[in-house]
Amino acid sequence: MKDPLLPHLVEMQSWQQESELVFTFQVAPPEGYGSFRAGQFNMLYLPGMGESAISISGDPADRNHLTHTVRAVGNVTRALHTLRPFARVGLRGPFGRGWPLAAAEGRELLLMAGGIGLAPLRPVLFQALAAPERYQRVTLLLGARSPEELLYSEQLLRWKSDAGLQLLATVDVASAAWRGDVGVITDLVQRAAINPQQTVAMVCGPEIMLRFCARRLREIGVASDAIHVSLERHMQCGTGFCGHCQLGPYFLCKDGPVFAYPDVEPYLMTQEF
Amino acid sequence: MRTLADELRAHPFFTGLSEDCMRLIAGCGERVMFRSGMTLASEGSAANEFYVIERGRVALQLHTSATGALLIQTLDAGDILGWSWLFPPFRWSVEARAMQDVHAIRLDGKCLRAKCDSDPVMGYALMQRFSYIMSQRVEATRLQVLDLYGRASRS
Repeated sequence: MKDPLLPHLVEMQSWQQESELVFTFQVAPPEGYGSFRAGQFNMLYLPGMGESAISISGDPADRNHLTHTVRAVGNVTRALHTLRPFARVGLRGPFGRGWPLAAAEGRELLLMAGGIGLAPLRPVLFQALAAPERYQRVTLLLGARSPEELLYSEQLLRWKSDAGLQLLATVDVASAAWRGDVGVITDLVQRAAINPQQTVAMVCGPEIMLRFCARRLREIGVASDAIHVSLERHMQCGTGFCGHCQLGPYFLCKDGPVFAYPDVEPYLMTQEF
Repeated sequence: MRTLADELRAHPFFTGLSEDCMRLIAGCGERVMFRSGMTLASEGSAANEFYVIERGRVALQLHTSATGALLIQTLDAGDILGWSWLFPPFRWSVEARAMQDVHAIRLDGKCLRAKCDSDPVMGYALMQRFSYIMSQRVEATRLQVLDLYGRASRS
């Protein structure tokens, strides 16, 4: 896209409810969009409502659709939730630095996702499981509030049975009918088959979860610089001009949202930063 | 065939304990098996034991009138179940139920309490290990209480 600040109108092609507040929809990419890298995001614009940074949750190899998974919690995302196929939204992107998949080639790829943090990691799964021979093992550790809020369940189970994904999921709380794990995502680290020295980890979820996951991964021997996290701040321009998403020396929209953990750790530990 | 003492010695929880300690502990242990659905412990009942889970999954549950049984944590092979045997009034604070067939080693808490009283070195070593488990569970509970995924607005 020539002018990164100019939204292009795109048409919603499909819409699907994932859980009570989370939904996934696809749009046709605007002309000149090209491709995106796993971990990048688009700015979605609704006239009269505003813009919101939304991770791209689809397959990077699919040039005909851009998929977004959204949690309806703000003005823009709640308005997006009311739209249905053929509605038009403004789109700018893709923005940001994606996950360093190349760094995981020949090694173990460990993904840790909490809640809707799975959305920006799903493109990694599409890519990695399309060429699993490039990795020693692909593992997804998944945390959610309840069984009903686990995203993409059917697809993940297919990847587990057909593509060799090591999948472990846990929820914070469940009814007695639930047969799976209950507990926190960090507990899954000890249950999974992982070779820490060979692991490249990619973690996405609430910021406090990132800190606890990074600490746990270090405890078992994963190298600090092999831990990558995706951060979220109030992205607005997407190009590093406006400064709304500044974190220390970084603009998350341009320098992130994916960072090597040691690069951002000092700022995550600073209160009110 | 591995003896019960061998099984316990190989478990990370007991790593670093002396042979004398391990003999004493193994002397308080027995192998047990619970069919899926059976109750290992009921909330409020006497806590005179703890379990080293060898196979299967255990649900820790609390019952409320509004929600019925609420699953608050699951424990799997390798996990330790139960610390209420260490502290008065020696009552289980949750219900523990087998979600699958569970094979475990049950350690007699009354027997161990007496041995810990007479051997403070062993008592301290065991207390350290249970304190670590408790600290891990407290940390996990903090994260659960924060309701991270419920409040996070990432999109």
